Amino acid sequence: MDSEGPGEPILTELLLENVSVGALSEVSLVVPAGQIVCLSGPSGSGKSRLLRAVADLEPHGGGISLGGTRQQGMPAHQWRSRVVMVPADSQWWFDEVGGHFPEDAGSRLPSALGFPSEVMGWSVSRLSSGERQRLALWRALSLQPEALLLDEPTANLDGSSTETLETWLLEEIRRRHIATLWVAHDPGQIHRVADAHYRIHGTRLEPVHGGD
Amino acid sequence: MEVIDLAWWKLGLAALLVLALAGTGYLARLGITCSLLIAGTRTVIQLALIGLVLEALFASSEFYWIALLAVIMLLVAGREVVARQGRRLHGWWAFGIGTGAMFVSSFTVTVLALTVVIGPNPWYAPQYAIPLLGMMLGNTMTGVSLALDRLNESVWRQRAVIENRLMLGQTWQQALEDIRRDAMRSGMMPSINAMAAAGIVSLPGMMTGQILAGSPPAVAVKYQILVMLIITVGTGFGALIAVTWGSRRLFDDRERLRLDRLVSSG
Repeated sequence: MDSEGPGEPILTELLLENVSVGALSEVSLVVPAGQIVCLSGPSGSGKSRLLRAVADLEPHGGGISLGGTRQQGMPAHQWRSRVVMVPADSQWWFDEVGGHFPEDAGSRLPSALGFPSEVMGWSVSRLSSGERQRLALWRALSLQPEALLLDEPTANLDGSSTETLETWLLEEIRRRHIATLWVAHDPGQIHRVADAHYRIHGTRLEPVHGGD
Repeated sequence: MEVIDLAWWKLGLAALLVLALAGTGYLARLGITCSLLIAGTRTVIQLALIGLVLEALFASSEFYWIALLAVIMLLVAGREVVARQGRRLHGWWAFGIGTGAMFVSSFTVTVLALTVVIGPNPWYAPQYAIPLLGMMLGNTMTGVSLALDRLNESVWRQRAVIENRLMLGQTWQQALEDIRRDAMRSGMMPSINAMAAAGIVSLPGMMTGQILAGSPPAVAVKYQILVMLIITVGTGFGALIAVTWGSRRLFDDRERLRLDRLVSSG
């Protein structure tokens, strides 16, 4: 697994086979490495629950695997450190921002997020909800995940910072070859980021083809 | 020195004072009259009955009668632990975990104190075994119920934080670290505070009783030290076992937080 040679990354795709959770059933889809599959659907249709099932936070049926390794074949926390989910409302449990990150995360902080490197010393309570959301994405990415599950990652952001963040996320996802499942409701955003788009219709997932 | 026996009619004088308090409470509409009278009556009846039981037990000194009383005390304490939790594990888990933790900690420590430290003959002599176990169970019960109540309540309140920590690849133990520490602290605090205040702010009940019964204070003090130390040990291990088992049960084998296993008793 660690035999990643220069310029030749191992491509790990996220595979869902006949997954059922809540009202959804027989959900099958492939998220190739470095690509973004968007999910949309009315609120309460089970988008977040599906992401939680992929992260193995919720009991579910069917099979999920990452690069051929089955979810149930490894300890749950190991699976979740490779398939990282970012919830719609991120949580912070230490007083300082830095406590939630690995040691050197401050120096590697990408400029696209718009934070000075002192942000690691800031108190969490002074962050706005948009700032928390951006830091939560960086927190997830600093774990070097192979797959990302994003639940409306730009929900708390205004127009211009949404696009900055999208560009940055896209670039990171492509460069690190992260298979990404992205829950979104804004058609404009789906159009900008998605390599494929599925919509929840009743109990099924239906592919949506272009021009949408 | 012989203990002065109390005549029943003299207890009646104390009871009259309680009635006076109840009457005052009723006139002043304090809303405590009813519960005060019920609790007062319960005290008299329960203690009179246990007095009879202990008289009989001391007369027979058979092991199985002592064991039976010990088991009844344990089960009642287990029920009390369940009742004192705002949110508890569903089904028999709340009772099982609380009772199991108290059994392991208080019975082990009591038996150890009886056989190794005090050494009466036989080791289960009821004059020593029953009061010691009673004090152990009473305090362990408080510790275990406080710890479990804090654990379940914090997990319920901080479910989003716990799940977010799980999403970042933490193990369930890591995700629960702070909460376990808090739960242990709240279970242990009463015993630690009691030890800190003993002898200066408060004269503990057992020592007071022994002195009233004519023991030399030096002996009473040694017993009191022993009892406070083993109570703390029993409470600490009891709370530790309860928090360990209880928190394990809040997660399944895939390290998912299972709040569906908690029910609210309020």
